[in-house]
Amino acid sequence: MTDPRKLRLNLESTLDSVEAAELIVQRMADLNGFDDEQVYQIGMGVREMVINAIEHGNGLGSDKTVSFDASVAEDAIRVTVVDQGSGFDPSSVRDPLAEDNLLRCSGRGLLLMRAFFDEVDIGPGEDSGTRIHSVKYRTVSAGGIAQEEVR
Amino acid sequence: MSFSTSIRDVAGVTVVDLSGRITLGEASGKLRATVRSLLDSNVSKLVLNLAEVSYIDSSGLGELVSAYTTARSKGCTVKLLHVQAKVQDLLTVTKLYTVFESHTDEAAAVASF
Repeated sequence: MTDPRKLRLNLESTLDSVEAAELIVQRMADLNGFDDEQVYQIGMGVREMVINAIEHGNGLGSDKTVSFDASVAEDAIRVTVVDQGSGFDPSSVRDPLAEDNLLRCSGRGLLLMRAFFDEVDIGPGEDSGTRIHSVKYRTVSAGGIAQEEVR
Repeated sequence: MSFSTSIRDVAGVTVVDLSGRITLGEASGKLRATVRSLLDSNVSKLVLNLAEVSYIDSSGLGELVSAYTTARSKGCTVKLLHVQAKVQDLLTVTKLYTVFESHTDEAAAVASF
């Protein structure tokens, strides 16, 4: 990468893209001075963002891609992922912490994104699909997962 | 790091030593196949040893839940052993610590059935 503070990728809807995005963003965070714990959290958060995009957004469709942007500033790393799916309403996602949902095998991705990042914003993509924008600040959550996100 | 499983019997309890990352794809599938194979063999006491697992994503968590529910439906009890700090964080965030009985000592885990 020519500028280690900015990255733009167009990812195929494959499992390899999940691994690639996680590794690349971890490298980017590491090069830009985030500590080991935050590098781990950023990688995990990005992993969940891309899984959501390729699996739930694009349905692993080989004809669909995921737009991936990451940028590092003095205060934070910001990551935006946009899929080409039909979009979804995040409020329609079952609460994975509700007693009745604890034994469900899926539905924890958004919860983990919100735990690993300091800010997560979900909305429609510019043309179609879903856009997820996440922020991790350097000075917040110095250790462990953001437990305050757990309600 | 690739994912692997190793099965042993300890005083009538089946202990599965897991190693690597439990994530979407091959690892989750391998865990599922291992547990289902054991359940097909009528195992009724199962310990998943996570000593060598430091990384699980949402799919891996789902696979642990699937192992728990599938086992329970077949009369098998699943317990966790040596949950590492980062994985424990995930169990806390997702409240799955309320689902899984977890031990830090293998002998205690085996004796708990």
